[in-house]
Amino acid sequence: MAGFLQQVVEGLGAGAVYASLALALVLIYQFTGIVNFAQGELAMFSTYIAWQCVAAGMPFWLALVVTLAVSFAGGMLIERVVIRPVEGAPELTIVIVTVGLFIFVNAAAGWIWTFLIKDFPNPFPGGALEAAGVSVNWSTLGVLGVVGLVMGLLYLLFQHTRIGLGMRAVAADPASARLVGIRVGRTLALGWGLAATVGAVSGVLVAPLLFLEPNMMGGVLIYAFAAATLGGFDSPAGAVAGGLIVGVAETLAGAYVGFVGSDLKVGVPLVIILGVLLLRPQGLFGRAAVERA
Amino acid sequence: MSTTGTTEAAAPAPVRQRRRLDRRWAGLALLLAAAVYAPFQLVPFHVFQLTMVLVYAVALLGLNLLVGHAGQISLGHGAFFAVGAYASAVLLDRWDLPYPLTLPVAAAVAFLLGLALGVPAMRLRGLYLALVTLAIAIFLVPLLKRFEELTGGSMGLTLAKPQPPAWSGLAEDQWLYFLTLAVAVAAFLLAASLLRSRVGRALHAVRDNEIAAEVMGVRLSFYKTLAFAWSAMYAGAAGCVYTWVIGFVSPDSFTVNLSITMLAGLVVGGLGSLAGPVLGALFVMFVPSIAQDVNDAAPGVIFGLLIIVVMYVAPTGLAGLAGRLTRKIPRKE
Repeated sequence: MAGFLQQVVEGLGAGAVYASLALALVLIYQFTGIVNFAQGELAMFSTYIAWQCVAAGMPFWLALVVTLAVSFAGGMLIERVVIRPVEGAPELTIVIVTVGLFIFVNAAAGWIWTFLIKDFPNPFPGGALEAAGVSVNWSTLGVLGVVGLVMGLLYLLFQHTRIGLGMRAVAADPASARLVGIRVGRTLALGWGLAATVGAVSGVLVAPLLFLEPNMMGGVLIYAFAAATLGGFDSPAGAVAGGLIVGVAETLAGAYVGFVGSDLKVGVPLVIILGVLLLRPQGLFGRAAVERA
Repeated sequence: MSTTGTTEAAAPAPVRQRRRLDRRWAGLALLLAAAVYAPFQLVPFHVFQLTMVLVYAVALLGLNLLVGHAGQISLGHGAFFAVGAYASAVLLDRWDLPYPLTLPVAAAVAFLLGLALGVPAMRLRGLYLALVTLAIAIFLVPLLKRFEELTGGSMGLTLAKPQPPAWSGLAEDQWLYFLTLAVAVAAFLLAASLLRSRVGRALHAVRDNEIAAEVMGVRLSFYKTLAFAWSAMYAGAAGCVYTWVIGFVSPDSFTVNLSITMLAGLVVGGLGSLAGPVLGALFVMFVPSIAQDVNDAAPGVIFGLLIIVVMYVAPTGLAGLAGRLTRKIPRKE
């Protein structure tokens, strides 16, 4: 039993990272209806910025603040420069553009920082908390705590500020939002900036666990997609729940299903995506879109 | 040129169209003649490179059916390419099948797999299809490594390349080139006739307006699934030829990068045209090897930038640009 609980705890730790990237995906989808295939790569790029700051001698937490600020600005800039021209274009065009962004950002990071693996400092203390026969790494707790904090801040932003109200209005109906005087373009850019910031958090969280290299987020992205699909692409809370479920499911499948083992774990998100899309396409917490032909 | 230009303007529309078609066929015949002549003039390495261009061209033709003509997206076509390559390799390795027989089998396996995955996938809107295909491409590599006794695991399988028959008097690289050329020409003709038929019109209708297509009686799910299966079949055939040409398959040759590179090449070459896949294949083959001299990351930077720029300024890619130029020339005279 303790072994099982141990697996669940580790799954939650992995799931928290998926949840934070899924959260970034969902934020952009809510505002623009775009699934940003480059989200993981943007997060990876942000992590490199953090690494660069630390390597230049900055204390970790200051580096994090700088990184988040740069990511926010970068996200807004990308929305303005790359995404704006194809806004309202067919889905195919937009997906291709974000795939182009994916390739570009990945290669750019490789160009600037080479493809060699870099060590990333772990902001949380080593060691583990022992309770009821289960040991929980402090870094797992730290990751869970940070994701919870991000969720809370986003909730406050959306529910209790004027900006958040405007953002919700744009997500619900851009045309009506524009009619009541909300600057829709600026809000969309804000959404991208916010998503890039949340993505940067997930990159910084995952870097000490994996290793920092340009392809770091490739594996995480597919789990984040599964998480967002499971939770519903239009539900931030669903993305977090989905991320945790995907993390636990993946860890348990790897540990207890003999055929899956550690190497076929990456099949778990595929099965989850297919299963959700066939059985409940709007996800657990999403609203089914009603289309008027 | 100027005299034909004036008579053309006076001729009734069907005649004009036929003349344009005639000229197009003449151009293709010339291109084919050059393609037949080329391997006798080039060193073996360049013949090999051209062979690989043809292999990619077949795969991109298939991807173009799906993306360019039916308007559906796939980020996982490398997986079908890999399935074709492995089907051929396993048949050669296990059952010592004569290599020409592996082509229909590999194509059929990829087709069936495409059909099986297409049925659930095509119930999904574009974006989810992209997700599912991406997940498939990522999942395939560990799957290939897992079934070690069949696929050779991470070590892959090494195979003897098809040898030229004595009567031909060709060297090995030339024989492989002509085999590939034959497959590519057949694939091209099949795609061209497919697109001119009722099916091609149905696919275009689905791409341009699903609702209108459905109202006109086009069965959306049927044609989408079929397009998916066909493009998988093309990728499988290309993979099979790849196995012949390289004589080696390993899981790491078919990572998700291959899928993304294929899509990138097709977009740059030109979506929805017959020349696009060929131009895209040239691009996929030669740009990375040239750019790699600058920096390991340079091909990615170029690919990424070009995809975005092409989508903004020339959604029909290089083929569309070339078409626009050639149409402009007579008008200026």
